[in-house]
Amino acid sequence: MGNAIEDLGIDAAPLPGAMPAFHARIAVDELRDVCGKVRPQKARLVALWGSDETTRGAGYALHLALGLPCGLLWLTVALPRAQPHYPGIADLFPAAGRMQRAAYDLVGIEPQGNADRRKWLRHGSWPDGVFPLRKDFDGASRYPLAGDHYGFVRVEGDGVHEIPVGPVHAGTIEPGHFRFSIVGEKILRLEERLGYTHKGIEKRFESMTLDEGAKLAGRVSGDSTVAYAWAYSMAVEAATRTEPPQRALVLRGILLELERIANHLGDLGYLGNDVALSFGFYQFWRLKEDLLRAHAELFGHRYMMDAIVPGGMARDLSQEGCKRLLERLELIRDEAATLKSIYDEHAGAQDRFIMTGQVLPALAEELGLNGFAGRASGIRHDLRVDYPVPPWQWIEPRIASHTRGDVAARIAVRFDELAESIRLVRAFVRQLPPGDIRAPVAACDGGRTGIGWVEGWRGEVMVALDTADGNRIHRLHPHDPSWQNWPLVERAVHGNIVPDFPLINKSFNLSYSGQDL
Amino acid sequence: MYQLLKQILATGIVTEAAPHVDESLRQIERRFGELILNRFGRALAIRHVDAGSCNGCELEIHALGNPYYNLEGLGIRFVASPRHADMLLVTGPVSRNMEQALRSTYEATPEPKLVLAIGDCGCTGGIFGESYASFGRVANIIPVDVAVPGCPPPPVAILQGILTAIGGKDQGLR
Repeated sequence: MGNAIEDLGIDAAPLPGAMPAFHARIAVDELRDVCGKVRPQKARLVALWGSDETTRGAGYALHLALGLPCGLLWLTVALPRAQPHYPGIADLFPAAGRMQRAAYDLVGIEPQGNADRRKWLRHGSWPDGVFPLRKDFDGASRYPLAGDHYGFVRVEGDGVHEIPVGPVHAGTIEPGHFRFSIVGEKILRLEERLGYTHKGIEKRFESMTLDEGAKLAGRVSGDSTVAYAWAYSMAVEAATRTEPPQRALVLRGILLELERIANHLGDLGYLGNDVALSFGFYQFWRLKEDLLRAHAELFGHRYMMDAIVPGGMARDLSQEGCKRLLERLELIRDEAATLKSIYDEHAGAQDRFIMTGQVLPALAEELGLNGFAGRASGIRHDLRVDYPVPPWQWIEPRIASHTRGDVAARIAVRFDELAESIRLVRAFVRQLPPGDIRAPVAACDGGRTGIGWVEGWRGEVMVALDTADGNRIHRLHPHDPSWQNWPLVERAVHGNIVPDFPLINKSFNLSYSGQDL
Repeated sequence: MYQLLKQILATGIVTEAAPHVDESLRQIERRFGELILNRFGRALAIRHVDAGSCNGCELEIHALGNPYYNLEGLGIRFVASPRHADMLLVTGPVSRNMEQALRSTYEATPEPKLVLAIGDCGCTGGIFGESYASFGRVANIIPVDVAVPGCPPPPVAILQGILTAIGGKDQGLR
């Protein structure tokens, strides 16, 4: 399995931790060569970020996380202090484009070649040439808000006009700007502009201890709080060589699947609503509310925030609680099956779902679509299946997939995952081992690294941690799957009509906060 | 269609009683007289603005629309434009990248208008606080009538905040 890495001609060391991961330092002139070699092997770009190493007597660094069949390969590329430049890789991994722009806005490391160099997260909140994630930048600094000019790509021709939408939208969703270029009702081009909810999360982490960071990690994207809390805890446990107890791992598995069930229920309801089948909204949201109330009763929080902590779990589940949870899930499973048949047989709804917002497998592969949306476009990746570490190896999750890549396919995958997640929770509950739920987390000095990598309901959530002395954080990058998937929404709407945009958008339901940081 | 109607009948009505008002949530002196507030109470239009939240509060605002809370049954509904709104429901610490959009939305909302800050971040800045990227609490940017703490506040708390803002009129509400 490790051969794939040896073939790259780099010296990679395995990283301790729950997930298979490797770390290697490469020179900046090896970067494109290595990327060029792994790309044909269907390696995925999981994340790209920058860091300031000047307090450690070095310059800056570019970091890449690549998903390989043998695990995650974390590449660190040292960049000089004077001119922290590197050759861009967005031609090899298109998903890198926005990440490179964000890494420049925050750390000041600059991609060369024909890279897109427009700002991404900065807007007008701080001036160009000032980089918030540099160590000499005071997080409390204020700059007067400046004008915010942004060069959207213009589509020209007879009858083409633009519809600017957002950042404040018509519905209750997060803020972002969508620039549609249309002819009549048909969308010729959509350009997204995100970054509106940038609130300095990564800088905040650097003022926190490893213990304090858990709460913040659970608020990178509220709808994925369990996935982030687990990924964060996994990274801390790797860096501190902590083994969480088996009972805690199974409980984490239960929470993650419950989060998946809750989000799929909510979105399946909204997808009905978006095609004027408000019946679907009321029914699915009634089921979701029932589940959220069960969460509150069993875990003290409707979204199970702060239940997963480094070392294990902050909340246990009693036998009585297990019983009530399974009863609740049984009701949800049966009702969801009824609702599925109603959706399936509703001609009006199916007419809107089928062949709308299509992303074909080839494009999905090229741009790196991930999570359930990827699985609906033939990308058969699921961390729970690809790397069956505990607790997954004890229950063997089954992957859901589809190849048509339209709204209907994403709905089909969500229905399949909903049923499978209920099965997984039942299996977990049946084999919940007795014992402790939390192990003490050892003290940790600087320079330790850890990876957290979790298949959240939306896709792969990754946390890369590099510690500082005194149990503190030198650099932490939380990575949301929305980074990869947002550019596919731009492509999915091609040739569709404007009124189908909300439907297509909801079928992906991507996070703004998770990618704006 | 038979299955759909059967499901509706089998579900029945699940709507629960609305919460009572809580004057302790009020941030500033009540600004409008009974006449105006009574009119709001019968048909309140709300515009939601996410000014930088983690999307946790949005989950609970969505849940307000589910049949247990049945917001529309109280005469309260979310509208697509601030120009149609009586109240702004603002979540998040106000990110600096959203400051202008929040101010513009507030200005576009016709008087008389009410503002609710939702969640710990909207009330105090929360875990994100004030920084190079965040202005912190909503009241740092626009005047706030009622603040509802919680991370996120459950739907019933948000509903309580809304009912408190429109003047503590329990009558006429279910």
